Amino acid sequence: MSSTAAVAVHGAHAEPHALGFWRTYIFSEDHKMIARQFLFMALFMMSIGGLMAMLMRWELAWPETQVPGFHWVPEPFMYDGAIPPNTYNAMFTMHATIMIFFVIMPLLVGCFGNFLIPLMIGARDMAFPKLNMLSFWVGALAGAIMLSSFFVTGGPAAAGWTSYAPLSAVPIYTGVDWGQNLWCIGIIVLGASSLMGSINYITTIVNMRTRGMYFFRLPLVIWSLFITAILLLLALPVLTTALALLLFDRLGGTHFFLPAGGGEPLLWQHLFWFFGHPEVYIMILPAMGIASDIISTFSRKPIFGYRAMAYAMIAIAFLSWVVWGHHMFVSGMDPVLGSSFMLTTMIIGVPSAIKTFNWLGTLYKGNIHYTAAMMNALAFVAMFVIGGLSGIWMACTPVDMYIHDTYFIVAHIHYVLFGGSLFGIFAGVTYWYPKMFGRMMNERLGKIHFWITFVAFNCTFFPMHILGMAGHMRRIYNPQQYDFLKPIIPINEFISISAFVLGAAQFLFLANIIWSYFKGARASENPWNANTLEWTTPSPPPHGNWPGPVPVVYRGPYEYSSPEGAEDFLPQSELIERSTAAAD
Amino acid sequence: MLEHLYFPHDISTFGPRIDFLFELIFWIVMVVWIAVMVAMVVFMIRYRTRPGRKAVYIEGNSRLEIIWTTATAAVLVILAFLSRSTWADIKEHGPPGDVFYAVTAKQFNWEVTYPGPDGKLGTKDDITVENELHVPVNKVVRIDLTSKDVIHSFYVPNMRLRQDAVPGRIIHVWFEATETGQYEIPCSQLCGFGHSGMKGNLTVESQEDFDKWLKDTYANPPAPEGASQ
Repeated sequence: MSSTAAVAVHGAHAEPHALGFWRTYIFSEDHKMIARQFLFMALFMMSIGGLMAMLMRWELAWPETQVPGFHWVPEPFMYDGAIPPNTYNAMFTMHATIMIFFVIMPLLVGCFGNFLIPLMIGARDMAFPKLNMLSFWVGALAGAIMLSSFFVTGGPAAAGWTSYAPLSAVPIYTGVDWGQNLWCIGIIVLGASSLMGSINYITTIVNMRTRGMYFFRLPLVIWSLFITAILLLLALPVLTTALALLLFDRLGGTHFFLPAGGGEPLLWQHLFWFFGHPEVYIMILPAMGIASDIISTFSRKPIFGYRAMAYAMIAIAFLSWVVWGHHMFVSGMDPVLGSSFMLTTMIIGVPSAIKTFNWLGTLYKGNIHYTAAMMNALAFVAMFVIGGLSGIWMACTPVDMYIHDTYFIVAHIHYVLFGGSLFGIFAGVTYWYPKMFGRMMNERLGKIHFWITFVAFNCTFFPMHILGMAGHMRRIYNPQQYDFLKPIIPINEFISISAFVLGAAQFLFLANIIWSYFKGARASENPWNANTLEWTTPSPPPHGNWPGPVPVVYRGPYEYSSPEGAEDFLPQSELIERSTAAAD
Repeated sequence: MLEHLYFPHDISTFGPRIDFLFELIFWIVMVVWIAVMVAMVVFMIRYRTRPGRKAVYIEGNSRLEIIWTTATAAVLVILAFLSRSTWADIKEHGPPGDVFYAVTAKQFNWEVTYPGPDGKLGTKDDITVENELHVPVNKVVRIDLTSKDVIHSFYVPNMRLRQDAVPGRIIHVWFEATETGQYEIPCSQLCGFGHSGMKGNLTVESQEDFDKWLKDTYANPPAPEGASQ
């Protein structure tokens, strides 16, 4: 079945294309170009989200003082460089919104999903190339809407990325008017983009795998993207619904979330987190897949427990729907219900633990090559372990009563999203850059970037656990207003300085991407001696992905150092006379 | 141990139980984390690439998978059940109250309503004071918590106590302070541009001091200022 689909697509794309500039670079239907578009959009948005993080860190360490170099920002956004409270609220709201919806998701799902799925399953393109193009441009429109909210009266949304009603539902409560409306509209539009993408991914993976590419021969990164696409498909409509109701409350005079008219503020939280917890896994699963592939490749060993890894991700996909209440232990939700959410939340830790142990097992008796990609993938594992373990405190309801809404939570989410997802992204970009752009990234610069980022990241976010233990609330713009937080002022300063180093180090990553694009060493077809199908075609692959016929798959993706192979790798598409389909 | 980690000094009856769970998880996490990190670093050094090295072809080990899956699940489920009783005692069935207040949050203050001389809430002689919560030491204080506008969160770090104040519903909160002193009640749920700095003062005092303060307050009630209704 899969082979016929592949042949059909082959037929459609086989004739040579001579597309003009617009159809090659702007309105491209080629999944590889769309992936690059998502990459550059996300990097652009990351610089904006990162800048806001830097401003917040200034405010937290040296509250109510002028930020050096920001005197030019007009009032009321800043006052001669000093950040007023509402701007601070807008900054953490937009920092999180941009990083989650316009950086991590476009990178993991938009960029890697688009680039890797057809190449790794042996397809010439996505199932719906036009829909794919539309998905990117609708996403770009969403980004434009979100950024436009900086320029409306009242400024951008300032109710937190969680936008709890009624704060978000009534303009006078925040003083933000169209900023919040545009926030809702922007995410609704982005949701449409993600839905198009997820339908495309699911269809492509189910129907267009090349001959021999059974589900249990898929690379784990494809498994992770497949499960992510299913979560996106099911979770986003819930968020879209909630956002529509919020817009009705704001613009249409309804009272879905307003108690004065019989509404229920907690309804927002239930809807938001019913989307929100699967969303957390949407943002980490692809990074897990990326790390699995890279760790296996550079350990020159099969991934330990391939099936257990796939089953663990499937388990996460199911369990992620029944844990949302752990965001609401102190919300006024029935405490008995809190206990059941505590149990489910503890249990969702199990598949993550399984994955961690399997990554360790992969390193065991390997032959580990320390490339920049591998170092970032290993950092992903180490940081994800910290992020996962700190989740246990939050799962425990009585402890959560104390640390909820403190910097302990901020530390946790950044260990998962920066330490996890973003290190996974660094690893993935470095690893697949040669295939994407035809040139190698600079290893030395990559390693310098890695070490500065790794150290500065830990100096920035690890002490936040201590802030949280001291009771430091998140989302306050001046911690020095509280007597009980006086002892931790020096920690806040230390964190901010580390954060500036962390932010500055990211220019090295950008510089490496740009420099390597022009000056990097030419990449061979398979520079890492890897097994998966994307390495069986020139770098970068031509339109249609393979110049000749689509490869046929004979074995799983991780046959490194196999006794059957002459070398320490054995590509999925390499036929060995006596072993056809033996290794699975 | 926790005071070395900047934990605020605890003055509630249930605080030690929460701190115990925090520490229990701390030690579990430390053991797991150190074990994982040691294994990882040892593997990373021992199995780094060298000339002539070849990785050993290992696809996995079902027995190990079963062991670490069940071990992890057992520890986490036991932890959930251990936490369950503490949670139930704090949130589901606390002790009967000695004094009863109503706290209403609003942007950006806590309105504390004390029952008047009749000792009953919701009658005409109630007195409402902004941001001043006085409680007698070693007495169970029960608070009816609500909000007038957006969601706030009633947070007493020194008691490990936190409860969101939600408009449209009254949520019951209780605590028993074990030491006299002055403490802070920050709002810990984003509630608007004045969120940072929204805090009340908690004064825990002896029964005599408390009675005297209450009498003085009854005699000179604070100006309404649109606060009471």
